Amino acid sequence: MLKTMANLKLRVNGRMETVSAAPDTPLLYVLANDLALQGPRFGCGLAQCGSCSVLVNGVETRSCVTPVSAVEGKSVTTLEGLPEWYAAQKKLARAPELHPLQQAFIDEQAVQCGYCFNGMIIKASELLSKNARPSEQEIRSAMNGHLCRCGAYPRVIKAIERAANAMAEVAR
Amino acid sequence: MKRLRRRDFLKTGGALVIGFPLGNAVHAQERGSTAGPPDPKQVDTWLAIHADNTATVFIGFAELGQGNSTSLLQIAADELDLEMSQIKTVRLDTNVTPNQGGTYSSASIQRGGPQLRTASAEARLALLQMASKKLDAPVERLTVANGVVSVKEDGKRSVTYGELVGGKLFNVPFTGSAPVKSPAEYKVVGTRVPRNDVPAKVQGKYVYMQHVRVAGMLHGRVVRPRGQRAYGAGAKVVNLDESSIRGIPGARVVRRGDFVGVVAENEWDAVRAARELKVTWDSAPTLPGNAGLYEQMRASQTNDRVVTERGDVTSALGSAPHVASQICHGPYQAHAPFGPNCALADVKADSALLMCSTQDVYGTRNSLSRLLGLAPEKVRVQYYEGSGTYGHSCYDDVAQAAALLSRLADRPVRLQFMRWDEHGWDNYGPAHVGEVKAAADANGKIVAYEYHGWQHGWVGVETSAQLTGVAVTEFPAGAVMGVSALNCGGMYEIPNKRLVSHMLPAKDYLKGGWLRSPLDLSFSFASEQAIDQLAYLAGSDPYEFRQRNITDARWRGVLDAAAQAAKWTARRAGANRTNAKVVRGRGIGVGTHLASYGAAVAEIEINRETGHVVAKHLYGAIDAGQVVNPAFVENQISGQLVQTASRMFKEEVTFSKTNVTSVDWNSYPILRFEESPEVTAVVVQHLDQRSTGAGEEVMAAAAAAIANAFFDATGVRMKEYPFTPARVLAALKVG
Repeated sequence: MLKTMANLKLRVNGRMETVSAAPDTPLLYVLANDLALQGPRFGCGLAQCGSCSVLVNGVETRSCVTPVSAVEGKSVTTLEGLPEWYAAQKKLARAPELHPLQQAFIDEQAVQCGYCFNGMIIKASELLSKNARPSEQEIRSAMNGHLCRCGAYPRVIKAIERAANAMAEVAR
Repeated sequence: MKRLRRRDFLKTGGALVIGFPLGNAVHAQERGSTAGPPDPKQVDTWLAIHADNTATVFIGFAELGQGNSTSLLQIAADELDLEMSQIKTVRLDTNVTPNQGGTYSSASIQRGGPQLRTASAEARLALLQMASKKLDAPVERLTVANGVVSVKEDGKRSVTYGELVGGKLFNVPFTGSAPVKSPAEYKVVGTRVPRNDVPAKVQGKYVYMQHVRVAGMLHGRVVRPRGQRAYGAGAKVVNLDESSIRGIPGARVVRRGDFVGVVAENEWDAVRAARELKVTWDSAPTLPGNAGLYEQMRASQTNDRVVTERGDVTSALGSAPHVASQICHGPYQAHAPFGPNCALADVKADSALLMCSTQDVYGTRNSLSRLLGLAPEKVRVQYYEGSGTYGHSCYDDVAQAAALLSRLADRPVRLQFMRWDEHGWDNYGPAHVGEVKAAADANGKIVAYEYHGWQHGWVGVETSAQLTGVAVTEFPAGAVMGVSALNCGGMYEIPNKRLVSHMLPAKDYLKGGWLRSPLDLSFSFASEQAIDQLAYLAGSDPYEFRQRNITDARWRGVLDAAAQAAKWTARRAGANRTNAKVVRGRGIGVGTHLASYGAAVAEIEINRETGHVVAKHLYGAIDAGQVVNPAFVENQISGQLVQTASRMFKEEVTFSKTNVTSVDWNSYPILRFEESPEVTAVVVQHLDQRSTGAGEEVMAAAAAAIANAFFDATGVRMKEYPFTPARVLAALKVG
């Protein structure tokens, strides 16, 4: 069946974007190719790993299996837009250069190859927006759908705990 | 020609920093018009000093997430008396960077460190001689800090490196004779400098291979059966129906022999076309299937090689009071990089440009040169980091496939492997059968040791080339892992020893490749369980038993470091066994890969009703000689421990008699957050010793420690991994 192209309007990282794509195109390919974003990236195309995660209206979503037409009229946040998203959430006057999670991942030197860290940071930002002080067990179960082949899990857990502490300081 | 090229680069101030945004990919193409490798006997090949008093170091080793693009700079910074902020490196490129051999065997620091250190020392000496003239003072009276040379006790007389040579070539031969600093003089080596690639990586600014796009390119996908057949069988097209993708007008089929692909302007069209193209593949059974694997390995005609023969093993085994004997099985395991490999090729009639994630740009250039029928100098290979590869994943195959697609489509082509391409057509870490017998005397001294290992080697031809009709070959025999004299009892003093490799014909099995710590987990799983069993039979604590049988100070040191980190207390294995539903055990092991010394302790938990096993805490220690950045090595140890838990508990390539069936994360599960152990990493620092590898040397020890912990908790020796619930329940039932 011929898939007709359509002009679709998306809000990505606070900006309205118009893209021309077949409506069933997975959001990932639109973000990566049409909008040249580097946060969401291909991992499995099967929603199994979390490499392509973005926030859609604040909810972690696998962009590799989400048709672009399904996010029309919704707000998509990628890794690149996370500091602004955080600032809006916390009603900060200005967006920080880094989301506290990004800073914590640097401080913990949690990265090995770092390819999975898009999904790690997106998922953890969703977690901390709902649960400001998660226990270690809550972190593990929230993050369980995100894989890391390098085995950075212990440092990721520490980085999330560190970010939670830093965000609590800001809130105080 | 070469001079001009480097001069062009010098003008840019070396903006081509690893991890720089996308625009620099274009920049790289404008520069470097001459094929490498540049002359290693010239200092200019290794580094450049810019007018702003910064330096660019040219490195032949790939950043794979281990941090070598920072740690190699630490070495250069110390020899040059520069701050880390004054020094950077560039992307690997066969037109730009030196050939230091591939990034194999965790040897960036081991092999690359000394070269970079001596080149930097040579440059520093040349700079001091220039400064001596300029400042009218003898070299002995000069001192350097942050690239500023000044006269001792007359600090006003000074000149910067940038003023001396900035923007110009050294034109100094690299003799290797300039004196290097002693470890006592190091300011940066041995310290915990943070990695320079991390900030860009957490912000989405780092350019992975998967991000690279060029103007005018097509998106490509390969079309292969889901799951490889035996290496020698390849995959044969029986029928291909091009009309099956008529509904995707943007996509077209390209084909050479059994190599089939699709290309399209739009990536989603390429993905859909690859999915919908109807190809019938030959499905004759060519494999033993998982169930018949180990039996076939033992029954195959093998090429045998005695690795070690010392003393009289047979009579020593026959007369000793304590004998441990076991046959162990280790599965095929996949590299399974988290992001499947990707490459971008622009192949023209008389030249080719390949961007890919190879561990060896010059090696990949050679293989592409053969495939494309172009002279090596006509092929340019640029390295872009992909996701972690842990050895020979499909990075060469994807580069070859992209090159073929580009040639057939006559356009630049970006090829992203799909998950099933990577999982299903990997060069797997080979399966292993290990038969070990070990004996100890009444004093608990090991007196005899015999190990027979069955395995096949690594592929010599990538799938893409094979599908176009190139006959398969094995990797050169000398380069293929046989039984490891190190991991098969090499750390112990044993008077009577025999090690034999039984090499299987690779064509009858799955494609094999080097997977992080190749075969070492399997060797150690068998060998260190046998040693552990001797300790048990001798009534000894397993740590104390190992101490008694190891004389080498560095093996002793690393063993002690792991035991101390875990607060090991002496008792015989199994002494704390209970009949509870959930039981805990602890185990210890030693091992390595090629050099360095590794030791590990494992604390695990086993649910005897469900068969579920979890590592609660893993401790790993390494002695890798001089550790340039202890923080990076701790991170490597941490990753090795978690990955070892994954490989021991979860990972196994599955296959039928026809093809591989584990083609995604559901069919090839790996360890997740909820089962991740706590980890403790210990670096045994020896600044005065030669640096050796640190990226894979704790895994064998950790695999052994896990197996020995299982015995401690249950009294049962596991003979096969991964420890899946079904396998655990079966083992516990037999007892």
